[in-house]
Amino acid sequence: MAHGVAPAAAAPPAFDVARVRSDFPILSTTVRGKPLVYLDNAATGQKPRAVIDAVTRFYREENASVHRGVYHLSEQATDRYEATRGRVARYIGAADPREVVFVRGTTEAINLVASSWGRANLKRGDEVLVTAMEHHSNLVPWQMVCEATGAQLRVIPMDRDGALLLEEAEQLCTDRTRLVAVVHVSNSLGTVNPVQELVALARAKGALVLVDGAQALPHGPVDVASLGCDFYAGSGHKMFGPTGIGFLWGRRQLLDSMPPYQGGGSMIRKVTFPRTTFADAPARFEAGTPHIEGVIGLGAAVDYLQSLPWDSVRQHEARLLEYATECLREVAGVTVYGTAPQKASVLSFTLDGVHAHDVGTIADQDGICVRAGHHCTQPVMDFFGIAATVRASFAFYNTREEADALARAVAQARRIFG
Amino acid sequence: MADLAELYQQVIIDHNRNPRNFRAIADANRTADGDNPLCGDRISLYVKVENGTVADIGFQGKGCAISQASASLMTGAVKGKTIEEAERLFQAFHSMVTSDGTQAPDTSLLGKLAAFAGVRQFPARVKCANLAWHTLHAALAGDGKASTE
Repeated sequence: MAHGVAPAAAAPPAFDVARVRSDFPILSTTVRGKPLVYLDNAATGQKPRAVIDAVTRFYREENASVHRGVYHLSEQATDRYEATRGRVARYIGAADPREVVFVRGTTEAINLVASSWGRANLKRGDEVLVTAMEHHSNLVPWQMVCEATGAQLRVIPMDRDGALLLEEAEQLCTDRTRLVAVVHVSNSLGTVNPVQELVALARAKGALVLVDGAQALPHGPVDVASLGCDFYAGSGHKMFGPTGIGFLWGRRQLLDSMPPYQGGGSMIRKVTFPRTTFADAPARFEAGTPHIEGVIGLGAAVDYLQSLPWDSVRQHEARLLEYATECLREVAGVTVYGTAPQKASVLSFTLDGVHAHDVGTIADQDGICVRAGHHCTQPVMDFFGIAATVRASFAFYNTREEADALARAVAQARRIFG
Repeated sequence: MADLAELYQQVIIDHNRNPRNFRAIADANRTADGDNPLCGDRISLYVKVENGTVADIGFQGKGCAISQASASLMTGAVKGKTIEEAERLFQAFHSMVTSDGTQAPDTSLLGKLAAFAGVRQFPARVKCANLAWHTLHAALAGDGKASTE
């Protein structure tokens, strides 16, 4: 997939899937007596031993609160916690670790910007642009802040392949536009959006750009510098780290100009009854004792991701998506949704005359985990006039054999329902 | 070990494909909408009650095979029954799909509805089977809305 990184000229060496699979204990387990076939990576990623060990080690040997203690254990925990900021910054191409704020996940990152930046800066007559394929997490917070401030929400439409209509975006991006909120990779269609082009449109009108990176980050490092965006949000658990931890990256002068999101300990400089002054970012946005073991697990996950040969991984994922799409299309009545030219390894489909949940139940009998439903993108389902899709989302550890197993299960659903 | 053939019995496949009583009833005097927020299964139920009896019943809806076949079979089962008889069927159906399986379903009471006995092995799908019945219960109680949540 495209991440603003030029593809290597020569074909990269083949990716050793068996070797990486052995790093993930859960991938060698069975479900209902069948080998686990985990194809719900867009919902959450499985955890490599490195992450499990880092979290376990923290609890067994290193647990202490951060930013407080004058004792060794707390200083060590603080160092480990802060070192993760640098790891995340490197993974996303950010120059300054202080631009990385730890939050619960992508949802909280977006809510932070909508509440803090949005309420301080949006007013009647302003517009916020989103795309037709946003996850509810990059739509509902903007609806809420528009409701509160009187700003208007506008939607950049897409075509039947699930590709964004850039000409329409150009028309919609005006002097009234204050922020463009765009999903980097669509969770329900797999579309990789042209963030750089949208940034150019927004820049020309003086608008900011927030990118929901939840589904892009599991498919390789990104580069916020070359994307040119102002905010980038991500979730640890989709990057094969723990749940409950994620991050918001924002330009430093922007973060320092934003009012706090939540008040409490750690985010202050000086507190008196009449008046409180606030710390600079990132501490300003990290009120309360943070999710320390989550951050340490995230650090281990980012280290793991950094160790992968991404040219080979990208080729493996692209071939796997192509192969799985071909296998499914051989089953009568399968329609694939999300056929944009730039696409990540997300495969959404319907089976004519069979509801997605019935396909999901039938796949489950073979130990196959797929998602069935609207994937928190109800407007996308409405656009295609469908209630739900089955979604198989592939990670670097998935194999062609697993794509075969999925196709067999869908063919069985076809047989059961006739 | 759960068995797909027990879940997707021929009668269920048939009622999903050709739902019976799939229509709105203009002079219905009890109606309710039921939804299963997690799955998006939806049904609208129209009941005409005369002298304490379900004189006519129809539904419209969208959703998985289990939810739609259950609605179709439910309408067939309660048509012509008294409200008390319909409530008894609701209780019998509910206990069949949520039981631990040690007790055989009361097939003399349930008739064709016994096709849903296999659902209890699929905990994620019990709500799909129950939706139509909860909606009937709401319609007869005059609640207008039912949700499996």
